Amino acid sequence: MTDNFTTLLNFLPQLWEGIQTTLILTIAGSIGTIIIAVILGLAMTSPHAWLRIPARIIVEFFRGTSLLVQLFWLFYVLPLLGVDLDPLMCGIGALALNYGAYSAEVVRSSIKTVNPGQWEAAIALSLSPTRRMIRVIFPQAWALMIPSLATLLIQLLKGTAVVFFITLSDLTDKIQQLRQSTGDTVFAFTVGLVIYFVMAWLIQELMNLLERQATRRLGRRRPNSRSDRRDARRDAREELRLDRLKSRAAANDGASKLGPAGQGGGL
Amino acid sequence: MIWNWEFAAEALPILLRGFVNTLIATVVGTIIAAILGLLIAVAIRTLPRWINWLVRLLVAFIRNTPLIVQLLFVYFAFSDIPGLVNIPALAVGCIVIGIHYSTYMSESYRAGIDSVPPGQHEAATALSLPPVRTFTAVVLPQALRATIPSLGNYAVAMFKDTPFLFAISVVELVTSAKQFGGSTFAYTEAFTLAGIIFLAASYPTSLLIQRLDKRLATY
Repeated sequence: MTDNFTTLLNFLPQLWEGIQTTLILTIAGSIGTIIIAVILGLAMTSPHAWLRIPARIIVEFFRGTSLLVQLFWLFYVLPLLGVDLDPLMCGIGALALNYGAYSAEVVRSSIKTVNPGQWEAAIALSLSPTRRMIRVIFPQAWALMIPSLATLLIQLLKGTAVVFFITLSDLTDKIQQLRQSTGDTVFAFTVGLVIYFVMAWLIQELMNLLERQATRRLGRRRPNSRSDRRDARRDAREELRLDRLKSRAAANDGASKLGPAGQGGGL
Repeated sequence: MIWNWEFAAEALPILLRGFVNTLIATVVGTIIAAILGLLIAVAIRTLPRWINWLVRLLVAFIRNTPLIVQLLFVYFAFSDIPGLVNIPALAVGCIVIGIHYSTYMSESYRAGIDSVPPGQHEAATALSLPPVRTFTAVVLPQALRATIPSLGNYAVAMFKDTPFLFAISVVELVTSAKQFGGSTFAYTEAFTLAGIIFLAASYPTSLLIQRLDKRLATY
């Protein structure tokens, strides 16, 4: 076991390289995902059919085919068509397109669920369609879409592991190297999985932070936020205390009524 | 555009042979995930608090780590155990993909069970049905109604994740496309066809699930 840890210590610089590749893919992929999602999501809510229909086709296409097919298409087929991307760009592109299509659906449904009164109010104030979207609708939709986006970005992080199929040396590849140099499968993969888990947890925390910020900007509380839960717990405790006081009072009442008789019985 | 119909015709039977493995992995994986997901959901509801916490941590761990790494982990760990060397990669793939998606499905079951009105529980207690029968005869049938469409969505997601079995050298659709491309350099035809097959299988299924969702909706 100590052998494993000394190997791990010597391996740390290489492991860090792998983590960096995974982080670059995750961050660049997430940025690409959100840009694509917003563009396609807005296009899908457009009243113009010439925007809505192509966006819908693109989204269904990238949601319907597998991530790996898209990645291999970018990596193997594009060079044959004369476009040469380096593996890192292929990875980022495939991740952004695939998860961007999933997220576009989230963007669309969030925009659709913003209270219709908000649309009407913005029209009544004769805001231009662009200002209506930027100042009124999108900030509210943004707060709604963050939890689903968080799930998708964690999926994206998990999806980055595919890039080792196209010769990139990411965390997954480094774990396999660690496995070969320690000869201990369980040890190497446990280390790797824990690193991925921590990264997923960081994404979740970051998105929670963004959500708090977005809801605060709207002057709203996040549903089921920590302070809400604390308040609920306090209320429940208070109620229980009152209940107990009441029942004790009732018991005392009964006891005081019984009291003299009891004493009398004792005598 | 470089597109050769001859290569495409040559690739198609090879791809469909790979597709059989894709379907096996999807079907077996879905069965494992649907059963295990229900067990997890029930376990989290019934087990005492400290072990419950442990189960939830394990579920979160499996959910938030890459399927590919899990596949490699189990595949290599099995190959280290002398008695299990000959276990086929496809079997390992089905099990791992099933366990991975069971953590997602358990969440759907949980939501489904929570959506059953508490009055149903109380009525069953009032009729003095034993707890097991309350669950299997009253709560579960109603919970499944709300759960099945989302289980279907996860089955489609699983279908699209089966190419990851490439990592443990299962020859499924994408792997066979890659092999065909590697031997003939007809990557365009092979991968485009692979994509079309995926789309042709997953898009109608999603539409079907959407309709099922509308049909089964109680509210």
